Amino acid sequence: MATVDLKDVKKVYPSGVEAVKGVSIAIPDKELCVLVGPSGCGKSTLLRMIAGLETISAGTVAIDGKVVNAIGPTERDIAMVFQNYALYPHMKVYDNMAYGLRNRGTPKDEIDSRVRSTAKVLELSALLDRRPRELSGGQRQRVAMGRAIVRNPKVFLFDEPLSNLDAKLRGQMRVEIKNLQRKLGVTSVYVTHDQLEAMTLADVLVVMNAGLVEQTGAPLDIYEKPASIFVASFIGAPPMNLLALTGSSSGPMLADGTVIGFAAPETPAVTLGFRPEDADVTFNAEALPGALVLPATVEAVEPVGAESFLHCAAAGSRIVVRVSGRATAKPGDQLRVVARAEKLHWFDQAGKRVD
Amino acid sequence: MAPQLAITLVFFYWPAGQALYQSMLRQDPFGLRTKFVWFANFRKVLADPAYLNSIKVTVVFSLATAIVAMGVALLLAVMAEKAVRGKGLYRTLLIWPYAVAPAIAGMLWLFLFNPSIGSLAYLLRSLGIAWDPLLNGTHAMILLVSAAAWKQISYNFLFFVAGLQAVPKTLIEAAAMDGAGETKRFWTIVFPLLAPTTFFLLVVNTVYALFDTFGIVHAVTGGGPGKTTETLVYKVYNDGFVNLILGDSAAQSVILMAIVIALTAIQFRYVERKVHYG
Repeated sequence: MATVDLKDVKKVYPSGVEAVKGVSIAIPDKELCVLVGPSGCGKSTLLRMIAGLETISAGTVAIDGKVVNAIGPTERDIAMVFQNYALYPHMKVYDNMAYGLRNRGTPKDEIDSRVRSTAKVLELSALLDRRPRELSGGQRQRVAMGRAIVRNPKVFLFDEPLSNLDAKLRGQMRVEIKNLQRKLGVTSVYVTHDQLEAMTLADVLVVMNAGLVEQTGAPLDIYEKPASIFVASFIGAPPMNLLALTGSSSGPMLADGTVIGFAAPETPAVTLGFRPEDADVTFNAEALPGALVLPATVEAVEPVGAESFLHCAAAGSRIVVRVSGRATAKPGDQLRVVARAEKLHWFDQAGKRVD
Repeated sequence: MAPQLAITLVFFYWPAGQALYQSMLRQDPFGLRTKFVWFANFRKVLADPAYLNSIKVTVVFSLATAIVAMGVALLLAVMAEKAVRGKGLYRTLLIWPYAVAPAIAGMLWLFLFNPSIGSLAYLLRSLGIAWDPLLNGTHAMILLVSAAAWKQISYNFLFFVAGLQAVPKTLIEAAAMDGAGETKRFWTIVFPLLAPTTFFLLVVNTVYALFDTFGIVHAVTGGGPGKTTETLVYKVYNDGFVNLILGDSAAQSVILMAIVIALTAIQFRYVERKVHYG
């Protein structure tokens, strides 16, 4: 098993485009690190550099403390699950899984026992004689996983492995991947643009934007203390409500003139945020000290079943509030949105968090 | 009636029928009397040692041409894929020879390798090789195969380049991560996935070597020295239009037609089974 260390890794393409602008990540042994970010943020490029499929323009990638910059993908002992699975179409499932072992000169009977036991774990035993085109999307995904697992590599890489599956299967496979990874204890790097996948899978979550790391940490820490406006709006669905602030003599002021006289940080903040589930709505007009109270107009109600999302217009912005169960409010209702002071997030001019 | 059918009727079925009819006729040397002889021409042709020699020559020539033309084209295509700069120029230059007419290509090779005036023949001689395609049958065959293959390489190259581009890059990356070196990747992943292209080219090249190389044979060796490079197609021409034994010639062309039909059937029935499309 292995650790993966990235030190100030950069990728500059011959065209001059800088895809990765200096990223340092340390992934401890046996942990699953998820790289998440919008498309074009450099997360896939970073993964491909760890795999050895892209050259590293600057910085170092070390596996188990050994710098592998100059080592090709063939010798890195890494397995990767590709987005389109990249199964060999002319080989049966068995041969797809045995291919990597054969290339490394594993004895024939050992190949056979390893392929069959891995197939059993992934419930592929009945499919070993089929070709990839005779399999469903979920089965192909399993074969791709099996091909990676059977080799028992130092590191697993996943490049958006679930994005070609339907929502239900995606949920199942997510749990399965997590369980397998924990059981096998193989250090893994997982790339996705889906924040739900990122939150549920990660031991270490890395949020990337425009070729740089925005924040690294445990998923819930990042959720509770987003380091920047970008992270705050990227992690969480629906995203965090963000309100613009202007300074005034009596404290920060919202666009509609509401002055917030409490809990404001010492550093001047220009943006105020709170999560949809950290707010509530009330029709009463009583004073609520120590809370942010915004008069709002309900614009739309989205009932999801266990919860409902109220889309409201407040303080010159659109905000979303989550209420549990069935919502009593209707579009057009006037009400007050209440967010507790300790649940507010403040961001400065540069979009960084201030406390 | 569909126009395609009309064209096929006029340009294939009618001449084919004529050939079949004529293959059963025998004329006197002055063309004054014609006799219907059933299969006597076929019996005569198939018992003729010169004809059996011609079959052997054709097999050697066709196989060698197809293998050389496809092998070299595949090698060039793989190298063209790997080229970082000047890919377009490299490809264009490799496609040009296809625009040269077979007889011209034959003449080019003939001059280059002519034992008395050819510049490349001079080079070979200075390397200590007793090069003489005018007297040595093997040398003549080598020259013929080179000229015929050279002409076809461009065509094969085009198809192989397209075929290589259709092999998904992630498969090659996956194989690399699975520990396969470059050569291994080529033979275990790329080459099997190229099979549809290779199969198509095999059919095209066989037909080319069997039939379209008449011009090259005529220009380079004329079937000689002796009959060492007389292919079936060349013999049909020689017997029919030079020696004016029309019955024999027609019987040969009917046999040739049967060979092509059989060959195509075999290729589609047996070889294609091993091909995986997509």
